[in-house]
Amino acid sequence: MSEILLELRHVTRVFNLSQGIFRGAATLMAVADVSLTVKRGEVFALVGESGSGKTTVAKMLLGLLPPTSGEILIGGRPIGANDRIAISRRVQPIFQDPYSSLNPRKSVAQLIALPLVVHGVDDRASRRAKVLEMLDLVGLSRRHYNTYPGQLSGGQRQRVAIARALILRPEVVICDEPTSALDVSVQAQILNLLLELKRELGLTYFFISHNLAVVEHLADRVAVMYLGRFVEERSRAGLFATPRHPYTRALLESVLTPDPDLGVPDTRIGTTIVGGDTGCPFNPRCPSAIDMCRTTIPAVRALPDGWTTCHLVEKEAVPVP
Amino acid sequence: MALLEIDNLAVDIPLSDGPLHAVNGVSFSLERGETLAIVGESGSGKSMTSLALMNLLPKQARRRADRLVFDGADLMEAPEARMRALRGNRMAMIFQEPMTSLNPSYTIGNQLIEALRCHRTTGLAAARGRAVQLLEKVGITAATRRLNQYPHQLSGGLRQRVMIAMALMCGPDLIIADEPTTALDVTIQAQILHLLADLKKEFGMAMILISHDLGVVARVADKVAVMYAGRVVESGAARPLFKHPRHPYTRGLLNCIPAPGRTAPGTPLGAIPGQLPTLIGPQHGCAFRDRCAFAAPECAGDVPFVTTGPEHHVRCVRVDALEAAA
Repeated sequence: MSEILLELRHVTRVFNLSQGIFRGAATLMAVADVSLTVKRGEVFALVGESGSGKTTVAKMLLGLLPPTSGEILIGGRPIGANDRIAISRRVQPIFQDPYSSLNPRKSVAQLIALPLVVHGVDDRASRRAKVLEMLDLVGLSRRHYNTYPGQLSGGQRQRVAIARALILRPEVVICDEPTSALDVSVQAQILNLLLELKRELGLTYFFISHNLAVVEHLADRVAVMYLGRFVEERSRAGLFATPRHPYTRALLESVLTPDPDLGVPDTRIGTTIVGGDTGCPFNPRCPSAIDMCRTTIPAVRALPDGWTTCHLVEKEAVPVP
Repeated sequence: MALLEIDNLAVDIPLSDGPLHAVNGVSFSLERGETLAIVGESGSGKSMTSLALMNLLPKQARRRADRLVFDGADLMEAPEARMRALRGNRMAMIFQEPMTSLNPSYTIGNQLIEALRCHRTTGLAAARGRAVQLLEKVGITAATRRLNQYPHQLSGGLRQRVMIAMALMCGPDLIIADEPTTALDVTIQAQILHLLADLKKEFGMAMILISHDLGVVARVADKVAVMYAGRVVESGAARPLFKHPRHPYTRGLLNCIPAPGRTAPGTPLGAIPGQLPTLIGPQHGCAFRDRCAFAAPECAGDVPFVTTGPEHHVRCVRVDALEAAA
């Protein structure tokens, strides 16, 4: 349980943005100095608003994007720029939208077997056997073998995507918003399936979501990302009971449970997501920012079950859950 | 008198293998200042219902209703010119994706001013003034400068605010918001819902909120209609409906969402097995019976509305059996 499977060490990713031929290129720091470790068998969840860099982290873990600086280790081995094929043996993705992640011209069997073909594993007969086995595993009927994505519902398509991700028996699955495009009843089916598969196959999930109710349901550890930086990383129980960073608190307050006695929460944070030029990146939106937040970048503060980066952590009493 | 009265609305789309019954016998009424939420999953007919009452259905769709009355005017008989005068003026719509519903090649100011001058003979300066005033009202800073910006220069949250301001330009009596916050981040979602509630109160508007998100609906709606396969299966005041849902589909939906306290982390969520039935061809009986754990032979027959409380109606013949089992 305690073996470290994925590790990011001070990873930074900068994108160059072209601003036209007469202006110099601007840079966008999508991921800034992120470090994390994911243990075997864990569900590590990454939450944050759109544009916070969640998907960039996922792409780097999949080897689709090299980090500008820093190191990524899988199973203790640093990965190089040309290891994409090797990485895909151990790390596989499930994307958000099963309508665009499956090639409509390929049959379900071809889609699921593709990783085997790419890696040159097995002959035709045993590939077929493996695909049928995967169909059973993800709860699709064997008659779907020769159907095309166009004939399937959203939930069935996501099951095909899961089958494709698991056919190489990877150790880690990167789930990038796997249920956001699905209906409520289908979302529950897919979440149940993911939890079941994790138990059955001993998988490790790196789970990206903006739905905090879903994260609370299945994560073991949670990291909160804001403008490319981690602002808090905690155990699930700790984060949801006593969020310590003001941004985490605002995110948790924004979760709408179906309770008709409660109104719409007022989070008191603005809409404009702009980093401060100096100091804490969250200071322009932070309802409790003090002068120090505008001048000094907060250091990492250790907490019993993780850490956060906020100047105000010591000054506040720990809220009672 | 109610602002909007709909009785037995149906929308059929003729296809080669028979008509698709997108909306089937939907009835509700809405008072001024009230918020009705229509909840349902994709394919339940919730968007079709709103398009039907604006008469914005796709060309091939056929609309029928026993009664479709907006502020005393019969919308079934209204000619297109009359509908055009109502749309954007007395009844306005906010769509899900603000990027596709704003014209990328005109400035925000142009589009806001056009929305007003389409229906009123307001001078340009006065229209501009109203645009600025409404942009400020929806919480956009530096409103005068924003008028000259194009949609792509704004963030998703700001674009949705512009959409809301545009819907308000003529001071409508009814706002139809079709998934107004689905494309937005949660923190922005809370702000937009706040804003809609405040504006509704301030201008005394009625609102139809179309959403698949039970959390949003529970927090915002006065009345709720749950739709499944083109029919309303349960309707009533929001509080009793969420506190004590009666229809197996409504219960199933609520059990599908992870809720802290009710669902223990890592345990299976209550999923609804199966899929939406086909809506093509003749429809009879309860459309949910194939997925329902409480289905009985009588579910294949006619399923009338049962009144289970003040203004709480359920389309289920097994509602008493269900209650006994719970």
